[in-house]
Amino acid sequence: MSAAEPLIDAHAHFLHAGCGRSDWREVNAARLRAGEAMGITCHVASVLGTFGFSSPTYFPSPSDVSVGNDAAAALYDAHGGLVRMLVALNPNYTGHALAEIERGVARGAVGLKLLASRRADDSLLDPICEAAARHRLPILHHIWQHRRREWPNQEISDGLDLAQLARRHPRVTFILAHIGGGGDYHHSYAAIRDVPNIVADLSGSGVDRGMLDDAVGALGSHRLLWACDITMETGLAKLRALEDTGLSSPDDIRDIRWRNAARVFGLEVAAA
Amino acid sequence: MIDVNACIGPYPYRFIPHPDPEVLARVLEREGLQGAWVGHLPSVFYRDPTSGNAQLYTTLARFPNLRPVPAIRPDWPGWERAIATARDAGAAAVRAYPPQWQLAPGDPRLSELAIACGEARLPMILSVGFEDLRQRHPLDVAGDLQAAAVRALARAARNVRLIVTAAGRAFIEEVHWGLTEEEQRRVLWDFSWVWGPPEDHLARLFRTVGSERFVFGTQWPLRLTQNPRANLDLLPDDVAKRPLADPERLFP
Repeated sequence: MSAAEPLIDAHAHFLHAGCGRSDWREVNAARLRAGEAMGITCHVASVLGTFGFSSPTYFPSPSDVSVGNDAAAALYDAHGGLVRMLVALNPNYTGHALAEIERGVARGAVGLKLLASRRADDSLLDPICEAAARHRLPILHHIWQHRRREWPNQEISDGLDLAQLARRHPRVTFILAHIGGGGDYHHSYAAIRDVPNIVADLSGSGVDRGMLDDAVGALGSHRLLWACDITMETGLAKLRALEDTGLSSPDDIRDIRWRNAARVFGLEVAAA
Repeated sequence: MIDVNACIGPYPYRFIPHPDPEVLARVLEREGLQGAWVGHLPSVFYRDPTSGNAQLYTTLARFPNLRPVPAIRPDWPGWERAIATARDAGAAAVRAYPPQWQLAPGDPRLSELAIACGEARLPMILSVGFEDLRQRHPLDVAGDLQAAAVRALARAARNVRLIVTAAGRAFIEEVHWGLTEEEQRRVLWDFSWVWGPPEDHLARLFRTVGSERFVFGTQWPLRLTQNPRANLDLLPDDVAKRPLADPERLFP
């Protein structure tokens, strides 16, 4: 695959001064440094409140949600097409969430980001999905691959929960987050296989052999988005594995690298 | 460069594609690796790994760049004989699995094994885990290796050499800074589970612990061989060219 071929990271995060980490600039710079080395042409990014500093990462307070979204918008303003923003939301505060969507759209957002503040099948998510449909925005939803019990610090959702929401909102594209992000991805494949308005991103620290083979087999290359989340080396490894192992044709790999993301997020990308 | 963390054979909790030595040999060639130290994955879960070791020696005999790494269980009667067999078979190291064998940190039988391996000039390979804790099968209740177990073994004797695989940054730091300088030199790490950018854990560890304490390992066939190479390729400039340890030269 040509190095000049576009590459879109569909699941990225950046930090900001309010995260309580003195090294936040270095972490952001490292993402851009590694992205340049890998050939990433667009980081589709969200900022999750204060990442736990003044409210929990997965249950951010409304004010932290706004602070994070302001930081994401500032990154977009600073980097133009290299960084595009998703609006992070806490659906427990419906009015605030809907206002954040409007604010984000006005600032160039290309999608919404739901964390683990409320189970995906909960009716509180419906007004958010209706707004997403109105604005033609996809929703990237944090997912635990097969929840068999509750885990602390998150109200986790799995593929089955997301499938219920997606069936209620067929005009919205949902992105099932990080198949390599922990849990049983085989369960997710089975849960969303027959729900065509759900696509999946490949990010996460997990690099199990067989994970990509089975993703391509279950969902097809047209429903997979390449992504890194918080481990970019695993993103690069998966990219190389797609090419090394002959899982997909060059055209399929183009879909996974960038064409699916461009379609889902409505990005204009010049092909090599 | 040698992959010190490879295995052959199936895994009981999920399907893994073609975990065969022929495939591993092709993968090594594709990745530009000179060889691999290879364990027998099913033996992790056998009560007595002796038959698995025998199968490993036989299977790898046709592959000169794949060196066997048998599993030796120090709570099994007559385990000492397995050390001599390993040496005769040209083993590169010995694997031990304390969580799967329910041997707690500080168990004296583990120390005896580590010392015996050292006397035979065989490094002892330990694995923190095989899969992410969040995805494990309901029957897979062994849990991860504890850092305390590694510290105890590193303190067992001067001639002990440990290679710890699948550890993350916190685990490595907990062990490394809990040992004297001499004890630190007895422990090497693969970085198959260490995060790269943007958190740059590998770069940080190269700066603090030192790249000479790390060896190359992939955890094939469970994980993508491309991962540790990608991690090296994404290191920032100041640590990009630092040398790794040579696993063939761990003993003076």
